[in-house]
Amino acid sequence: MSVQVWTYILVIISFLLYIGIAIWSRASSTKDFYVAGGGVSPLANGMATAADWMSAASFISMAGIIAFAGYDGSVYLMGWTGGYVLLALLLAPYLRKFGKFTVPDFIGERYYSSTARIVAVLCALLVSFTYVAGQMRGVGVVFSRFLEVDVNTGVVIGMVIVLFYAVLGGMKGITYTQVAQYCVLIFAFMVPAIFISIQMTGNPVPQLGMGDTLADGSGTYLLDKLDGLSEELGFTAYTDGSKSMADVFAITLALMVGTAGLPHVIVRFFTVKRVRDARKSAGLALLFIAILYTTAPAVAVFAKTNLIETVNGRPYAEMPAWFTKWEATGLLTFTDRNADGMVQYVKDPARNELVVDNDIMVLANPEIANLPAWVIALVAAGGLAAALSTAAGLLLVISSSISHDLIKNVFKPDLPERQELWYARGAATLAVVVAGYFGINPPGFVAAVVALAFGLAAASFFPAILLGIFYKKMNSKGAVAGMITGISLMLFYMLKFKFGLFDGGKEAVAGLTSQWWFGISPEGFGSVAMVVNFAVALLVNRFTAPPPEHIQDLVEDIRIPGGAPPPSSH
Amino acid sequence: MKNPQPHLQAEARAYWRANLRLVGILLLVWFLVSYGAGILLRQWLDQWSVGGFKLGFWFAQQGAIYVFVVLIFIYVAGMNHLDRKYGYNDPES
Repeated sequence: MSVQVWTYILVIISFLLYIGIAIWSRASSTKDFYVAGGGVSPLANGMATAADWMSAASFISMAGIIAFAGYDGSVYLMGWTGGYVLLALLLAPYLRKFGKFTVPDFIGERYYSSTARIVAVLCALLVSFTYVAGQMRGVGVVFSRFLEVDVNTGVVIGMVIVLFYAVLGGMKGITYTQVAQYCVLIFAFMVPAIFISIQMTGNPVPQLGMGDTLADGSGTYLLDKLDGLSEELGFTAYTDGSKSMADVFAITLALMVGTAGLPHVIVRFFTVKRVRDARKSAGLALLFIAILYTTAPAVAVFAKTNLIETVNGRPYAEMPAWFTKWEATGLLTFTDRNADGMVQYVKDPARNELVVDNDIMVLANPEIANLPAWVIALVAAGGLAAALSTAAGLLLVISSSISHDLIKNVFKPDLPERQELWYARGAATLAVVVAGYFGINPPGFVAAVVALAFGLAAASFFPAILLGIFYKKMNSKGAVAGMITGISLMLFYMLKFKFGLFDGGKEAVAGLTSQWWFGISPEGFGSVAMVVNFAVALLVNRFTAPPPEHIQDLVEDIRIPGGAPPPSSH
Repeated sequence: MKNPQPHLQAEARAYWRANLRLVGILLLVWFLVSYGAGILLRQWLDQWSVGGFKLGFWFAQQGAIYVFVVLIFIYVAGMNHLDRKYGYNDPES
C-alpha cells in the first residue's frame, strides 16, 4: 500500500476514535465542562497534560530546531521540561486545594479584586489566542503535506473535529480524547526514532543510540562524527553552541517559568480529585513528556547526520525521491550557485546552496531513512494528534475565560448554571472560528508570537500566583501593579526587538541585536520581565495596606492539603 | 477557615516549614543540574565523556530531564509522608 493510502487509513481511524470518545464523555454540568467533573485519575490526567502540553511545535518542529542549533537547542529541552518541576512543587497542589475552575478565578479571589481578575483574563486570552492560531495552522500544514488537500481545507477539517468534541464534551471530552491523542503521538514519534536508531547505531533505545558508536563498525561515536562533519562545513561543533551563556540562561529560565504559568496547563490540575493526585499527576505528566523530550535530541542528531551524508557533495541529479518531493513544498530549496550540478551545504551564505526548513527534519526523517510506508503515515497521525490536543486545551481556556471569568463573575453573577453552560459552549464555538480564521489567514507574526507566549506568561502569571501562595501578606495593589508592569515591559521589548515597531519595521530587527538589554534576546526577556514583576509587586506591596484577614486565612488554608473541596464556582 | 485550636495551628506551621525545606532542597538540585551542569559549568564538564556524550552536553540534552522526573517523584513521596505524619492525608475514596 502507498504512503497516501496508509495516511488516510491511520488519520481516519484516529479521528473516529476521538469522536467516539467525545460522544461517550459528554458534559452535563459546568463542572464537567470546566474541570471534567473533578474526578480524573492521576494517570489519565498525566497523559492528558502531556498531550495538552506537547503541541505541533514539540512534535514537528523541535527536533528540527535542535538539529540546526545543536547545543543551543538545549534551551527548549530543559526549558520545556524544567517548568514542570516548578509547577509540581510550587503551584499545582495549592491551586488544586484552592479548588476553583480557572487561573483568573484564583487571581481574582486571592487578590480580592475584579481588576486583578480582569487583568488575569486579558493575559490568559492574549497567551492562549496567539498559541492556538499556530496549532490550527499546524493542522492545516499536516493535512496539506500528507493528504494533499489544500491547507485551508485542512484547517476547516481540523476546526470541525475540535469543535465537535470541545463544544460537546468541554474539559471532560477534551481530557479523554487527549489521553488517546497522547498514545497516538508518542507511538508515532517513537517508532521512527527506534527504527533509525537501530539503523545508525544498532542500539534500539534512541536516548542511548545518540551517544553510541556508529553501526558501520568504524568504532567512531555518532556525536564525534557529527561534530566533525559540522566543523568541516564551517559550522561550530554540534555539541558546542553559538549563543552567549547569558542568553541561554535567560531563555531557559523564561521557558521554564512560562511553562509553569501557562493557563491551559495549570487548569489541568483542577481536574483531579485530591491534592496528592495533583502532585502525582504532575510527576506522571513530566514522565510522559520526558519520553518525547529525551528522544527529540536523538532524532535531531540522527536526522542531521543523515541529511549531511545523503546530500552534501552529491550530484543533484542523484538526489532521492524525498528531496524533490519536499522541494515542491518550498520547505527545501536548492540553488546551484557554482553551477557544478552538486549540492553544497556549508555555513558561508555566499556558497551555501541548500536551505532546509526546521519542520522537515521530523516529517521527512522516516523517508530519508527509507522506513516502511506505514511508519511515514504514522507521523501524520501523530502530528495531527499533537496539534488537535493542544488546540482543544487552549480553546477551553478561552471559552472558560469568557463564560466563567467575564460573564459569570464580572457581568452577570446570578447567571444560572444551565445558561452558563450554554455561554461556555457558545464561547468555545466562537473561539474555534476565530482560531480557524487565523489559521487560514495567518498574520505574519504568529510563529514569532507563539515562542513569545512563554515570555508573556512568565512576566504576568507566575509571580502573581507564586506570591499569592508563598507570601501571605501579598496584597492586591502589588500583584496588579506587578502583572501590568511585567506584561507591558515584555510586550514593549517584543515589539521593539522582534517586530522593530519603533525603528522602521521587521527589516531593522537584525541591526538592533547589539542594543539588546544585557545581551538578552526577546525570547529570553521573559525572565527579566518576571524579575521586574516580582520587584514592582513587592515594592508596591510594601507601601500599601496588607490584605484583609480572611484572605490571609485563605492562604493558610490552601497550604494544607486536608480535605480539598470539590471544585466549585462559589 | 481559620483553625481555632492553637495546637493545630502550630502543627500547620510545622508542616509548612517541613514542606518548604523539602521544596528548597529539591529546587537546589533542579538548579544545579540544569543551570549549573547544563549551562554555567557545561564547558568545564565537557572535558569528560560518558560513552559518546560530552558530560555537560549530556546534562543539557538528557541528564537534566531525567533528574527533573526523579525530583517530582521524590517530592510526591516526601509530601505523602508529611501528609501522613501530620494527619492531612485525604481519605482514600
